[in-house]
Amino acid sequence: MTSRREALKKLLNSAMVVGGGGLVWGNIAKASQSSPVTLRPPGAIEENKFIQACIKCGKCVEACPYDTLKLATIGETSALGTPYFEPRKVPCYLCTNYPCTEACPSGALDLKELQKESEDKSEDKSEEINIENARMGLAVIHKESCIAFGGVQCDACYRACPLMGKAIVLDKEVNEFTQKHANLKPVVNSDYCTGCGICEQVCVVEKAAIFILPVELATGNVGDHYIRSWKENDESKLKNQKLIEEGKDTDVESAIDYLNSDEELFE
Amino acid sequence: MSIIRKYRFLIARRFVQIGLLLLFVGGNYFNWTILKGNYSSGLFLDTIPLTDPYAVLQILFSGFMAGTDLLIGAAIILLIYGFLFGRVFCSWICPINIIADAAIFTSNKLASKPKMKLSRRTRYGAMILGLILSTLLGISAFEAINPIAILHREIIFGLGTGWTIIVALFIFDVTITKHGWCGHLCPLGAFYSLISRFSLLKIKHNNDNCTNCMKCFAVCHEPQVLSIIGKQNGLIKSGECTNCGRCVEVCEDNALNFNLGKNNKINILGASSRGFK
Repeated sequence: MTSRREALKKLLNSAMVVGGGGLVWGNIAKASQSSPVTLRPPGAIEENKFIQACIKCGKCVEACPYDTLKLATIGETSALGTPYFEPRKVPCYLCTNYPCTEACPSGALDLKELQKESEDKSEDKSEEINIENARMGLAVIHKESCIAFGGVQCDACYRACPLMGKAIVLDKEVNEFTQKHANLKPVVNSDYCTGCGICEQVCVVEKAAIFILPVELATGNVGDHYIRSWKENDESKLKNQKLIEEGKDTDVESAIDYLNSDEELFE
Repeated sequence: MSIIRKYRFLIARRFVQIGLLLLFVGGNYFNWTILKGNYSSGLFLDTIPLTDPYAVLQILFSGFMAGTDLLIGAAIILLIYGFLFGRVFCSWICPINIIADAAIFTSNKLASKPKMKLSRRTRYGAMILGLILSTLLGISAFEAINPIAILHREIIFGLGTGWTIIVALFIFDVTITKHGWCGHLCPLGAFYSLISRFSLLKIKHNNDNCTNCMKCFAVCHEPQVLSIIGKQNGLIKSGECTNCGRCVEVCEDNALNFNLGKNNKINILGASSRGFK
């Protein structure tokens, strides 16, 4: 009897140690591996998968000829041990032979990610690996601190952009203040922006007015409800929608009655 | 001369440990191609991948199909350690070993008594827990906190703040549990212990020469593996033996030697020059 009790106690004790240890370990591990605002090397797979896949070997860092990439240590914004870059310090110069992506043994950086066709299918449809298909992030402009928006002629980011005229275009507008000059406002096109961050690095103001955010943070999503019939293929969204089955969850007649009755509106 | 002889394996181990680190450092800073990457996943001579198999196991448990290079690298390492050399990673390669040995040296000098008793089996629990947590969290749970990886990344890539963890580990080993990390907690050491049971390289004990001086017990960091000393001839079979060779160096009776292969009598680096018996 006592031996069973002792055994149970021992079992409970070990269970507590394992459970407690597991909770502490799990929390620290999760905390050390979360990095929603990190910019990854070109060809990185989706962030959640990236953190799973990356073995933290640093071969991409070694392959980078510009010392752009760094491995995160304790207390940095990136998940511990994973590669990241800070474009204001050193941006990605879009090597045409993508040495970092190629060096990755784990699949966290995947050449297939550089093969994707852009959404705008007007130009070449080739599936060749091209560094310009990289989507490390998306440039975002804070127009209140951008001096070009303020009327000064500055096109530093536009000129520095490796996809000049595509990823950043200049929007011309009459300068209302002088009435005879133009404001040349930089506008980012997310169809082309690779997130390389050269614009952020060259921005002349004290704290860059154009900067790179991870695509996930810098983009919205129209969703399926709003359909622009004038846009090619937009109506295909209809197929995704679950149509409301009549008479099941909705009382169609009462809905129509409600719309026809104007009593409450004019009370 | 005799001092060098007395510490010949220790000197060789430090040479290998620091040499490998330097090769990795050169791989990063000077583009040397002998060894690239780090101990989590390296590349030998720009062709042969070498990967930490426990790290790959965690990736697989987290639900991601690891890249082919990683799988091949892990298989190579499994073969080298599991088939040939046993748990040599812990004593001949791992940079934490230098810290852990320094901690033991310090705690011996301070004559500090262990404050917390831990079972040496804790590490196997930790190893399994690491895999379970990897599945639950969807990330490599041990790699997320791995002090070995933190240390070699700090050195190879010249980072900055990870050394704080290493200092904490050193202090833990000195003040709380002697040889606490490497001998009781490290899941990677546990993993290598498990796969090293049947490796070819083992320590061989010749009981006829043994005088029960117990010097080997004093230097061994995993003394539970020495159960046959003074009792019977044979091999130190346990996978927990790291093949560090400290016992061979301190044995003045030619009762302990390296042995490669189960039945053959190849004594590598043995006591050939002093056996005039």
